[in-house]
Amino acid sequence: MATTIDGAAAPAIEAPRSPQRRPVRTKARTNFELYAWLFMRVSGILLVFLVLGHLFIMNILDGGVQRIGFGFVAGRWASPFWRTWDLLMLVLAELHGSNGLRTVINDYAERPQTRFWLKMLLYVSAFLVISLGSLVIFTFDPNIS
Amino acid sequence: MPKAPAGTLYRGREGMWSWVAHRITGVLIFFFLFAHVLDTALVRVSPSSYDTVIATYKNPIVNLMEVGLVAAVLFHALNGIRIVLIDFWASGPRFQRQMLYTEIVLWVILVVPGTYYMLKHTVESLFGSAS
Repeated sequence: MATTIDGAAAPAIEAPRSPQRRPVRTKARTNFELYAWLFMRVSGILLVFLVLGHLFIMNILDGGVQRIGFGFVAGRWASPFWRTWDLLMLVLAELHGSNGLRTVINDYAERPQTRFWLKMLLYVSAFLVISLGSLVIFTFDPNIS
Repeated sequence: MPKAPAGTLYRGREGMWSWVAHRITGVLIFFFLFAHVLDTALVRVSPSSYDTVIATYKNPIVNLMEVGLVAAVLFHALNGIRIVLIDFWASGPRFQRQMLYTEIVLWVILVVPGTYYMLKHTVESLFGSAS
């Protein structure tokens, strides 16, 4: 065995052309990030129409926000068209926004614990917002008092 | 050795600043959406509780904030279309700067009349109608 002058073992030298060592992969390899990226584009294009249409009707058309009240909502939600519109907008916007915030957390939160809990908070809030919003759209009662 | 700054280093100019604006408007819209789903959920409680909260939206200062919200959403929407074009249109990356300037022009063209209609009632009720 080769030794150096001071008696320590010489560092092992790998044989030429030995395969390059790669870092060990700790997580299963999936295409999640690809689908998340694609979802942002697809939902984004749909949201351009859904949200800008919503803002135009609610804030600009025919007196804007001044005319909004319970009666106005009841009138709109009498139509399945606007209920579908609002439900689709709710789900897409919340998922699009949550994925955006997930990216922001991944970029700025450094400690693993902070990243984990911020994302848990985000996922719980997204679940609650989608659940509450859908519940309200599906169970809306125009005769409630 | 000093620690590298957190977050993402970028190259400045139009590409970076549009990205910064996209991020800020996105986070802003996300938090508004949270509040907005909660206030709309009051239609399931009672007409009067819903109308009470919606009255907040008709307050002049909140009305001004709505203009800010619409402006933010409009920027995010137009910039989002630009991002899709950069990603999927072969010449997109080459024209990203021109697309940003086109987007800003479009944004101004849409925000100016939008602001007029959104603030019309507030201005008239605060300062009296000219007609």
